[in-house]
Amino acid sequence: MSEEKREVVIPSQLLGDTKEYEQGQGTFVENGKIYSEILGVLNKSESKDKKKTYINVRPLKGRYDPVEGDFVIGIVEEALQSGWLVDINAPYPALLHVNEVPWEIEFGETEKYLNHGDSIMAKILQVDVTKKIQVTLNDRNLYKIKGGQIIDVEPSKVPRIIGKKGSMIALLKKYTRCRIFVGQNGRIWIDGDNEGIEKVLETIKKIENEALSYGLTNRIEAFLKKDAKDVR
Amino acid sequence: MSSKSDVKLIDSKGKRLDGRKPDELRKIKIEAGVLHRAEGSCYLEWGGNKVLAAVYGPREALPKHTQNPLRAIVKARYNMAAFSVEDRKRPGPDRRSVEISKVISEALEKIILTDKFPRASIDVSIEVLDAEAGTRCAGLTAAGVALADAGIPMKDIPVACAAGKIDGKVVLDLGKEEDNFGDADLPVAISPRTGEILLLQMDGHLTLEEFDEAFDLAVKGCHIVSEIQKKAIADKYKTAVAEVE
Repeated sequence: MSEEKREVVIPSQLLGDTKEYEQGQGTFVENGKIYSEILGVLNKSESKDKKKTYINVRPLKGRYDPVEGDFVIGIVEEALQSGWLVDINAPYPALLHVNEVPWEIEFGETEKYLNHGDSIMAKILQVDVTKKIQVTLNDRNLYKIKGGQIIDVEPSKVPRIIGKKGSMIALLKKYTRCRIFVGQNGRIWIDGDNEGIEKVLETIKKIENEALSYGLTNRIEAFLKKDAKDVR
Repeated sequence: MSSKSDVKLIDSKGKRLDGRKPDELRKIKIEAGVLHRAEGSCYLEWGGNKVLAAVYGPREALPKHTQNPLRAIVKARYNMAAFSVEDRKRPGPDRRSVEISKVISEALEKIILTDKFPRASIDVSIEVLDAEAGTRCAGLTAAGVALADAGIPMKDIPVACAAGKIDGKVVLDLGKEEDNFGDADLPVAISPRTGEILLLQMDGHLTLEEFDEAFDLAVKGCHIVSEIQKKAIADKYKTAVAEVE
């Protein structure tokens, strides 16, 4: 990440020329000029051979854009004859087919396993051109969620909550002794004692508010250390 | 719109009823992100107009037959509150608000990158809380800010402004009496970056020359309002960055 100040850009803001830069995510080109298409944070990244500089705009707000292979937390909307419809905070509900769960299910008995309101940790199996989404439970550590609580954050803030190589989430786990799972779709599952959960909620709120600043991990560590005396 | 009346709309000094110059806008105040249940929202005050706009989605378009497999549909709903006008307005959609909803939907569809969300719908709710002429312009302007606030990809932030003719003179941004007793009203919505026209309606009579003059004046007004819009969005999000640094 660059050392420059993070700049917030608004849609239709001029970002650069195609002669100088390459068009990245969150931008569009018109008459050789690159413009932002969303409200977001400006980010310039170089390609591997350092020949091109890409202009990207990372969204500040907006719905989760499903990407294959992402781990998400879904809430079952409806049990169908041979699968379930799962809300994953994307513009569209995702389909979970009976073949994609680790249980043997008789036809029409889907309701016995998952029903309206149940939460699951799932992986996005496939997103096709028309944005039809399929999720799966056939992967490591994927299961129906029992206990704990789920909170919603802006999907765009998820990378900050996880931190570089999971540094932030490791901090949270270390100081609060909670079990935490962050879904890429902006849902976070937390389980632990009440005190710990409260601490996690407070910290996540802080991270969300200060997501655009630098040196956040250090500040959060200080924040957590302050009143966590019994760190193991 | 009655063309003949005894009401004097422009005084001997060339000032209007509320003391404005012919090419002066009413006071505009815009605030982004005011509702936390909506994905994006905006509260706008434009003279005596008070408008609240909220954006929901993109979400699956229902009923299913309204879905477009290639792009998102934009559903704007313009609604006037019963208490927004002097005499109570009968609640619910009427012919006027259905028309305004339609033209605003079409204007917004032009600038939103709808092909990013096939089968989805983007719902824009525009509530007029207090009305004082030019509510469709105020509504569309508020909707533009709310869409940007919702993080919806678009080519530009749409903006609208009206011009009109009172006492035989072309003026910018008609007030209530000017709208009621003036000769013509010309609401214009543009994409300020390209100057592309998104909405153009007219009520009353204008000669060709007057039309050109009024149109240019309205476009000029749009650019002024556009700056206020951009500032409102920047204020909401740029200060958030400044505070922690």
